[in-house]
Amino acid sequence: MSTATDAESHAVHEHPPHLAHHFDTEEQQFEADVQGMWLFLATEILLFAGLFCAYAVYRAHHPEIFYHAYKQHYLSVFWGSVNTALLLVSSFTIAAAVWCAQHNYQKWLVWMLVATLALGSGFLVVKYIEYSHKIHSGLLWGTGFNPQKHGHGHDDEHNDAHDEAHAATAHADEHEGDDALHDEPADAGASADTSAEDQLQWVYEPGGTGPRGLLEPGSAIELSEDEQVRNVQTFFGIYFLMTGLHGLHVIAGLLAITWLLVKALKGHFTAAYFTPVPIVGLYWHVVDLVWIYLFPLLYLIH
Amino acid sequence: MNTLLARLLAQTNIDWPPVAPEDGTFWLPPQASTQAPQTDLAFYFIYWVSVFFFILIVFLMTVFVFRYRRRVEGEGPRVNVTHNTPLELVWTTIPLILVVVMFYMGFRGFMDLMNPPADAMDVYVLGQKWNWNFTYPNGHQDTELHVPVDTNVRLILESQDVIHSFYVPAFRIKRDAVPGRYNKIWFKATKPGEYLALCAEYCGTQHSDMLARVVVHEPGMFEKWLADASDPFKTRSYAEVGQLVVTKRCGGCHSIDGSANVGPTFKDLFGSEVKHTDGATVLVDEEYVRKSIINPQAEIVAGYDPVMPTFKGQLKDREITAIIEYLKQLAGMTSTLSDVGRETEEAAPAADAAASQPTETEKDSE
Amino acid sequence: MATIPADYSAAPPARDNYLTHGRGILSWLCTLDHKRIGVMYLVSILAAFLLGGIFAILIRTELLTPEKTIMGADTYNQFFTLHGAIMTFLVIIPGIPAALGNFVLPIMLGAKDLAFPRINLLSYYLWVAGALFSVLAIVMGSVDTGWTFYIPYATDTTMGGVIPVLMGVFVLGFSSIFTGLNFIVTIHKMRPPGMGWFELPLFLWALYATAVIQILATPVIGITGLLLIAERVGQFGIFHPGLGGDPVLYQHFFWFYSHPAVYIMILPAMGVISEIISIFSRKHIFGYHFIAFSSIAIAMFGFIVWGHHMFVSGQSTLISVIFSLLTYSVSIPSAVKVFNWLATMYGGSISLRAPMLYALAFIFIFGIGGLTGLFLGALATDVHLHDTYFVVAHFHYVMMGSTLIAMIAGIHHWWPKMVGRMYNEAAAFIAWVFVFVGMNLTFFPQFIMGAHGMPRRYYNYPPEFENLHQMSTWGSYLMAVGFVIIAAYLLHSLFAGRTAPANPWGGATLEWRCASPPPHDNYPVTPTAGDPYDFSDLKYNPQTGDYESDRGPAAS
Repeated sequence: MSTATDAESHAVHEHPPHLAHHFDTEEQQFEADVQGMWLFLATEILLFAGLFCAYAVYRAHHPEIFYHAYKQHYLSVFWGSVNTALLLVSSFTIAAAVWCAQHNYQKWLVWMLVATLALGSGFLVVKYIEYSHKIHSGLLWGTGFNPQKHGHGHDDEHNDAHDEAHAATAHADEHEGDDALHDEPADAGASADTSAEDQLQWVYEPGGTGPRGLLEPGSAIELSEDEQVRNVQTFFGIYFLMTGLHGLHVIAGLLAITWLLVKALKGHFTAAYFTPVPIVGLYWHVVDLVWIYLFPLLYLIH
Repeated sequence: MNTLLARLLAQTNIDWPPVAPEDGTFWLPPQASTQAPQTDLAFYFIYWVSVFFFILIVFLMTVFVFRYRRRVEGEGPRVNVTHNTPLELVWTTIPLILVVVMFYMGFRGFMDLMNPPADAMDVYVLGQKWNWNFTYPNGHQDTELHVPVDTNVRLILESQDVIHSFYVPAFRIKRDAVPGRYNKIWFKATKPGEYLALCAEYCGTQHSDMLARVVVHEPGMFEKWLADASDPFKTRSYAEVGQLVVTKRCGGCHSIDGSANVGPTFKDLFGSEVKHTDGATVLVDEEYVRKSIINPQAEIVAGYDPVMPTFKGQLKDREITAIIEYLKQLAGMTSTLSDVGRETEEAAPAADAAASQPTETEKDSE
Repeated sequence: MATIPADYSAAPPARDNYLTHGRGILSWLCTLDHKRIGVMYLVSILAAFLLGGIFAILIRTELLTPEKTIMGADTYNQFFTLHGAIMTFLVIIPGIPAALGNFVLPIMLGAKDLAFPRINLLSYYLWVAGALFSVLAIVMGSVDTGWTFYIPYATDTTMGGVIPVLMGVFVLGFSSIFTGLNFIVTIHKMRPPGMGWFELPLFLWALYATAVIQILATPVIGITGLLLIAERVGQFGIFHPGLGGDPVLYQHFFWFYSHPAVYIMILPAMGVISEIISIFSRKHIFGYHFIAFSSIAIAMFGFIVWGHHMFVSGQSTLISVIFSLLTYSVSIPSAVKVFNWLATMYGGSISLRAPMLYALAFIFIFGIGGLTGLFLGALATDVHLHDTYFVVAHFHYVMMGSTLIAMIAGIHHWWPKMVGRMYNEAAAFIAWVFVFVGMNLTFFPQFIMGAHGMPRRYYNYPPEFENLHQMSTWGSYLMAVGFVIIAAYLLHSLFAGRTAPANPWGGATLEWRCASPPPHDNYPVTPTAGDPYDFSDLKYNPQTGDYESDRGPAAS
């Protein structure tokens, strides 16, 4: 047999109901759970990091797109602020819920979870208002970008000096498209549909003028006031991807909180065992945190 | 499937790559640019360092295995050292110094390659599925890269569809052609002759047939070639020019002998009726041919994939007319413009001498 | 070759162990036992390996002649895409950590299970889901994008399988993340008394370093896959040049994961080799701290070198130069490991049994694979060699030749522990010769071809390369024969193998003090760990073929 010191921590002792057989103590189990959650949250942050990185690249190389989006007031600072407030308060309520669980205030735990659910749902409702407004005004990504109210096409005129024969055809195609767009703004949806169908017939920007990623230093395109801004749809691509992914996380968080609520109503959480509450709480904080970054990056551009 | 390659090799008669020692070494192809010796120097430096370390490792391993092999199961080790920090530092530091040298050698060559000299001749290189198109300073477009020897040439690469990569092993240059941006690379060819350029970035069905001939001309010959190549109509009839264009631009996907390929064959195509994917049946006339070249995605012949790129802007109107004339000829019709294209009487005998099979057919039909 | 103990008994293991603990298919499918999950992973991964291997053999057969041999160009393109995707995402990335790591890690730690057994099972089923997505992709019209899914090819191709494959990659990413998360927490929180960080067996250091990469890199392939799906379905225009996006940005995203991923593949392999070299030399591992820290160093440096995949893509010159310099930083810890393994063998008592044969093959093959990486890190030579068969040969030497050989070494090493049976060593030697010779014959000619300018992913190729291609193909057939022999004697050992003792090789890590196969709970009491490479108290017992310790077995 192994050394005698080991024997004491084992099977002879009664296991508390929530202690899994492979852990020695409840403390060890709690620490493992929390560490596991932190690691998972690290992966969540990194998942968003990809999008933040895309944002940074386009912002650095094409500040004019973002400046344009700001000048046109495409995004509503009011609704964005409301959402920020909702999430900040919900962060407080979930923290309070954890405190209640720790101190065995079962009734308040339930109420705090309900409050968090309500605030989170409020966030989604505001998001729904914003999204439907965007869809209605044609403020969408890619070929769907076709702002009707503002009347600014993504590229009205080509003033470039690119006269290569092969590039010229691409220009010609784009001009036709633009003219149609200006004559019949209401028909925008239809034109978006056709371009979606002909996936293989991309019209390329002339080389070197599209967003250029990590390209030669100093080659970023200079911003000038009167220049027509191209590729504004990129802003909405990023906007919808970032807020969309964040929205999915809000929904996941709300489902997790609902699950907590059900368990809390059944009285599963006591001062002795409440691990799921801080774990979900951590997750919800991260969801908030991501929004705290998204809000200024997207809504408060100057 | 390999028609383009076979044709290229047949045309060029080049032995590629020459593995023989006089043309290259066991490891590397011949050197034909100023970049090549630099690259090869770095290659062989790394190579010999690697060979030294590899032999050292395998030698020690073999010696240890024989010398310290276990004779009886349960036998213990001969020595019992567990660590030696000075030794660890030595075998950390020596490789560190060596790899810094390796980095530097690669860095030198790369900086050279990334900074084209100011006096370089610019050639635009357009990659598309699945051929290369080169645009020379005078506007002439060609499917072959012709350059003068001992001249700095800067290639400006772009792509019309997916990412391609322009690779000339003999020059040791490679650069991606990325849609939406211009990439640049330069070289200075040192040996007149013919080389092969390949596509090195996977681009689909005929990726491996996306080859181009690279011709390095003797001093003075490049200008002559460019002048001749710039105006094919000078010495040829419309149908002959059409044949030339079809061979270069269409031959990868369309056969002229009725055999199956990516696209429909051109044999007996003109004047026939084709069925489209949407069920409509259309007569192949001048209008149709032109539309198929300018906007190939508009209507797709049943049984084929919509993969043809547009040639709008790449083919001049006159060249499209020439293709139409050639298609008529392939369908056994009389070319309506058979001799109109000849601009000078003097050029006629030369064109006759160069006339190939289809031109004779044309004469027969006359 | 060491003498094989004469004692031979084909009687099945009578004791209650993890294999006999529950009966019926459901007791396996719903198990939370890390050993059973490890075994299920192993079987599934080997099945995926068989599928990927069949594609490999078909590809090599097609390349016997410069033109069409058995299939058309489109089929060929699909096959190399599927081969690459299956082998990378389904076989090599999860191979050692998820199969061997799952089985061995808790036992090595003296623990009863991983910290999160349910998440472990979830991770397995995510792997299964990922595999099903791949099958779905084949059914739904296949993929021909190459396993790298470069945009705009991947968004513009008409093949219907692109999205299922990307979904598969996304799901497999989560499988990988959960495995890594589990390992990190388990190593942090569940080490036994007497095992500080520097008494950790080196395999666990390697798994720990691997898990760090899995946690930090995998989410990025997740978001990249999602963005690519968004690009293909919704045309979001982040990457697609037709909508103002940047295709090279995609390559940065892709390689930010996929380069560290090669260290997910190689680090556990190095860990396996560290264990085997020490045990089969019966000598304390040389330079424990240097090997342990080199694993961490590789994991860290691995994150800052991804740009060396894009030297010719059009990224800025400055960035390329920085990435080239950083790339060389990874070569140093790898070299340190190899030298330490050699120093461990020096003066040892080297037993050339099957695991050690594969470990020696690993050093040979990894030597070539690692050193040829130096050519690709240097900027000027990489411009010439990028996307040629030189690269193909290089990464097959490190991924297939090193990681897979190490996985086979690990399977041979822990097979007696897993199934409680010994395999036929003579057959193992023959298979080893086939695999080793076949591997080198397959891939060495590819270095020569590549250096001469033979681009990769070529269906037709210049006839000058025909001889080299044919050598390569014959080599792949030899390798296939080797793998069939391995499968045959391992299966044979299940039914007719000699009963394995607890410690057939004389290992000092904790798992060898556990019975073979281990009981359901591994250890009735948490054992006390000592130096994992101190073999001095192990005495060989010729009657049982077992190495017995003064400390006695940890479990009975």
